[in-house]
Amino acid sequence: MSFLSYLINGISLGSVYAIIALGYSMVYGIAKMLNFAHGDVIMIGGFVVFTATSATGMNPLLAVLLSVVVCTVLGVVIEKVAYRPLRNASPLAVLITAIGVSYLLQNVALLMFGANPKSFTSVVKVPALNLVGGDLIISGETIVTIVSCLVIMAALSMFMKTKPGQAMLAVSEDKGAAQLMGVNVNATISLTFAIGSGLAAIAGVLLCSAYPSLTPYTGSMPGIKAFVAAVFGGIGSIPGALIGGLILGVIEILSKAYISSQLSDAIVFGVLIIVLLVKPTGILGKKISEKV
Amino acid sequence: MSMLKVTDMEVYYGVIQAIKGISFEVNEGEVIALIGANGAGKTTILHTVTGLIEPKAGKIEFEGKDITKTPAHKIVSMGMAHVPEGRRVFAQLSVYENLKLGAYTRSDKNEMEETLKMVYKRFPRLEERKNQLAGTLSGGEQQMLAMGRALMSHPKIILMDEPSMGLSPIFVNEIFDIIQEVSAGGTTVLLVEQNAKKALSIADRAYVLETGNIVLTGAAKDLMNDESTKKAYLGE
Ligand SMILES: Nc1ncnc2c1ncn2[C@@H]1O[C@H](COP(=O)(O)OP(=O)(O)OP(=O)(O)O)[C@@H](O)[C@H]1O
Ligand SMILES: [Mg+2]
Repeated sequence: MSFLSYLINGISLGSVYAIIALGYSMVYGIAKMLNFAHGDVIMIGGFVVFTATSATGMNPLLAVLLSVVVCTVLGVVIEKVAYRPLRNASPLAVLITAIGVSYLLQNVALLMFGANPKSFTSVVKVPALNLVGGDLIISGETIVTIVSCLVIMAALSMFMKTKPGQAMLAVSEDKGAAQLMGVNVNATISLTFAIGSGLAAIAGVLLCSAYPSLTPYTGSMPGIKAFVAAVFGGIGSIPGALIGGLILGVIEILSKAYISSQLSDAIVFGVLIIVLLVKPTGILGKKISEKV
Repeated sequence: MSMLKVTDMEVYYGVIQAIKGISFEVNEGEVIALIGANGAGKTTILHTVTGLIEPKAGKIEFEGKDITKTPAHKIVSMGMAHVPEGRRVFAQLSVYENLKLGAYTRSDKNEMEETLKMVYKRFPRLEERKNQLAGTLSGGEQQMLAMGRALMSHPKIILMDEPSMGLSPIFVNEIFDIIQEVSAGGTTVLLVEQNAKKALSIADRAYVLETGNIVLTGAAKDLMNDESTKKAYLGE
């Protein structure tokens, strides 16, 4: 039974990675940049819920909603202030700016909330599931996390079929040609950041509910792992983010359980290197084939 | 009335001047050919007119309105469509999704359906392949898709950049027939072509471009019989 419960924990952690990876992947696909501040938006999302519930006693669900709104706005503002002026700059300049934004968010959080870990009260009120006569317990957090991930994936896949979704796909393939269709590229990139950052808020809440210690650095490691998950599944691909996230979460939890908890990260990154050696575009990444 | 009027337009790439102060106009209902050798600046002109590049100097007017600084996505909804060089269809999207993106600026569903029917009628191959990914179409089919996609916005003027490039002679003829049909349907056409002979045969007037300057202009018929054009561009 323990294997099964590890597996379920892995899927749960992987679901969080998948939600974060989606933000990375969408932004990469459409704005062609790695938004390294994405992980820190998760942390901000966590702090918004923490502050709202502990300081003002706000209803947890309302707090989650508030957190989504704050992160969505934050993501759009970051794009507009930090990245848009660099739209035609070298990718290296954009990358360095993103790392700068990441430090900025961490340090602002440090200033406002201090370095001491805050203990986050889970917002999940779903009861745990007792299976096999109590041998297999699935926590409420796990259930909510996995269900949220599936709902988000399904909603996003449907969104991609709508007009703004199609505009996103068009911009991700060819900005100039998208403009010639009448697509406002800046607005489309803003929308992408909005969605990615809103999802980051949800990921933050889920992560903190399962691992209830919140510091200004809470987002950085999951951020990096989600980035790995996005690359793993094929960056730019929505199902790739899901598969990459799940595989990563499962490998991490299983290697923690059966091999060594110190080595688990090394194993995760090792598997990534092997996957990239065999298939440089990731599991579901497609090589864009163009006929000229 | 002139539908599109360009006055003293200059375009730079960094410090390099690609367009050196040109003026031309396209009247309603005309087919205008813009011909010139590789690197003369034909694509640059089209990109500047549709707003993908901003000119350093000069003025671009569309139906009397100054659109020099209007962003590309707004120009489309004013009634100008652009079939870009190299087709640039959205390879990962289906033929149908590409066509729908062509109508991105339109909100009336019924009108859009009408146009879609018209496009399918003009390009039956696109209807046969509507669920196929655009990237898997043949070069000629992609050209048809690029044209169909531009027509989906129901443009008043359509700018085409080398639609015959890389196509077999039969396809070239087919594409030129379609350009004539589009023109007969009331759409004004600005056609950039390497295939000067073909372009002049369907155009009303033409401009000849040489390294960023317009060096010759006149009725297409006259240019076709002009000795210097014949030598330089018609390979005779
Ligand atoms: N993005 C760019 N950056 C710098 N120079 C450019 C750029 N695009 C075009 N040029 C230069 O501007 C000049 C005109 O190019 P343009 O593409 O407009 O020519 P063209 O007439 O369309 O040629 P072709 O028939 O080969 O398509 C060329 O010298 C080209 O090298
Ligand atoms: Mg060209």
